[in-house]
Amino acid sequence: MSKPYILISDPTLRDGNHAVAHQLSAKQIAIYAAAADKAGVPIVEVGHGNGLGASSLQVGESLESDVVLLKTARKNLTNTKLGIHVIPGFATINRDLKLAVDIGVDVIRIASHCTEADITQRHIGYARERGKETYGVLMMTHMATPELLVEEAQKMELYGAEGIIIMDSAGAFLPGDVVDRITALVDGLSIPIGFHGHNNLGMGIANSLAAIEAGATMLDGTAKGFGAGAGNAQIEVLVAVLEKLGYATGIDLYKILDAADLAEREIMPLVPVIKSESIISGLSGVFSGFSKHVSRISSEYGVDQRDVYRKLGKRKVVAGQEDLIIEVVLELVKIRKNAARVN
Amino acid sequence: MSKLRVAILGSGNIGTDLLIKIQRSEYLECALFIGRNLSSPGMAKAISLGVKVSDQSIDAIVKDPDCCDLVFDATSARDAKHHWAILKELGKIVVDMTPAKLGGLCIPAVNLGDAIEQQNVNMVTCGGQASIPIAYLIGQIHPEVEYIEVVSSISSRSAGPATRLNLDEYIETTEEGIRIFSGAKRTKAILNLNPANPCIDMQTTIFAKVKNPNIKALTEAVNQMVQKINSYVPGYNLLVSPIYENERIVVMVKAQGLGDYLPKYAGNLDIINCAAIAVAEEYAKKN
Repeated sequence: MSKPYILISDPTLRDGNHAVAHQLSAKQIAIYAAAADKAGVPIVEVGHGNGLGASSLQVGESLESDVVLLKTARKNLTNTKLGIHVIPGFATINRDLKLAVDIGVDVIRIASHCTEADITQRHIGYARERGKETYGVLMMTHMATPELLVEEAQKMELYGAEGIIIMDSAGAFLPGDVVDRITALVDGLSIPIGFHGHNNLGMGIANSLAAIEAGATMLDGTAKGFGAGAGNAQIEVLVAVLEKLGYATGIDLYKILDAADLAEREIMPLVPVIKSESIISGLSGVFSGFSKHVSRISSEYGVDQRDVYRKLGKRKVVAGQEDLIIEVVLELVKIRKNAARVN
Repeated sequence: MSKLRVAILGSGNIGTDLLIKIQRSEYLECALFIGRNLSSPGMAKAISLGVKVSDQSIDAIVKDPDCCDLVFDATSARDAKHHWAILKELGKIVVDMTPAKLGGLCIPAVNLGDAIEQQNVNMVTCGGQASIPIAYLIGQIHPEVEYIEVVSSISSRSAGPATRLNLDEYIETTEEGIRIFSGAKRTKAILNLNPANPCIDMQTTIFAKVKNPNIKALTEAVNQMVQKINSYVPGYNLLVSPIYENERIVVMVKAQGLGDYLPKYAGNLDIINCAAIAVAEEYAKKN
């Protein structure tokens, strides 16, 4: 049996924005978009780390507006499709989505926390109405059982999603977890299934391969793994490994290697590494996008980041609840003060 | 003194919880509880309380206009528009629980007196009821407010189908409310649903960017405001007192419900209902 084509989507210029506190410049967008286009990457996703309309004090303000980010990318993409990540609750149709469609995005991925698919109904409907390639995205999928994920994904399919991507937003999965979920989704749905991996436990590539072997046909990867927290599955490694296994991606290996090297020089202050605290973040199942905030606020108040992740994990916080970091840090400060008093 | 006779239009969670709160009120009496289906759980509750019910929707009031003086509209933004056209003609006071924005926005702790001069009062949103009092104080204390942002997290279980379908309207109405009451140049509202079990209480964070932040004055004002809000929402409390962090003012509040018809974690639904009762009681006292 011939191996299926794997559709690769590259969110370097969206997820990577988390790694630089959403400070990617128009020039950097232009440089990488053009290189990815040249390498034959099918989809490049661009925007604030938390997607369209998410620039805020809660998750961080963007250096560039959505309009500048998207128009710049649009200008530098010829064959590659321009994609966006959209979370209802942050982005609205009237304020944000209309504008993005008018600028000329091709691919719209409507995302929600893994158990809240019904908030995506109107946004998916709108994207389809405007004739755009539309996917449903379930985030933080380690927080739901395979059965529950299937139910939520089926809702998105019903609303009109043309494929479903599950995200390991916390980098919490091991390959077996991915296989269980992807297998259930492939069985339960009639549309393509994809996987978006993070690298907190060093599983970015291994989990992506596990997803493919279980029947997924779409993968996300970023240049050098540039992305939230410990970073994402590395696109250039994915392309190499898929090629070795005989899967077609349509991406030129040398050119994606060049694009990744260019990205390292031009857009990354630091190439992602798995920091010690990222491992605890992954084990605690905390959204990777929290890492910059946890690091800053913990050092401001002099508490151990690892304790903060543990506490956030226990409270089962979801992406978008970044404000709780302050509350948890202040709680830890209080506990420390009380302990000092007792001693 | 005789009680003000009110009707509740809409027998869902909001309408039924309002009904239970009215049973305790010294100033209000529920003369008619109106839905579309006599077998709904809300109707069953009303019947068990011995309250007069109707399944005739707005027609129940059209047929018997003298049944009440004030109507709580707990239906949907679209239906509320249609109802208001009728109720206005009938001279009824309307307390609108939907984000239809047909009348002036009301936050009891801030503008109760002005609000009851109007025939239609809009209760904004749950996030608006929790955050606007604080946003208002930030605007009062700082002559120039560049930006205010409010983020609410609510338990998934407390967000019914209408809330989920109307997230965009929730955001738009909350942002407008913040702008009107604080005078901030730019505003933003964000809503998160959290499915954790046991259910999380409603929590709201208010962020602001201002010139020369006055945390001391704000802290005093916020403490007084929380007391004022507690007179009609007992479960409203301060979680994080005003701090200045990363060039932004941060204040966090939490709203626990009374656990009347809805569970205690549904503070988001409780806070808007408590506010609506406060408005209706103020009308009752005036007349």
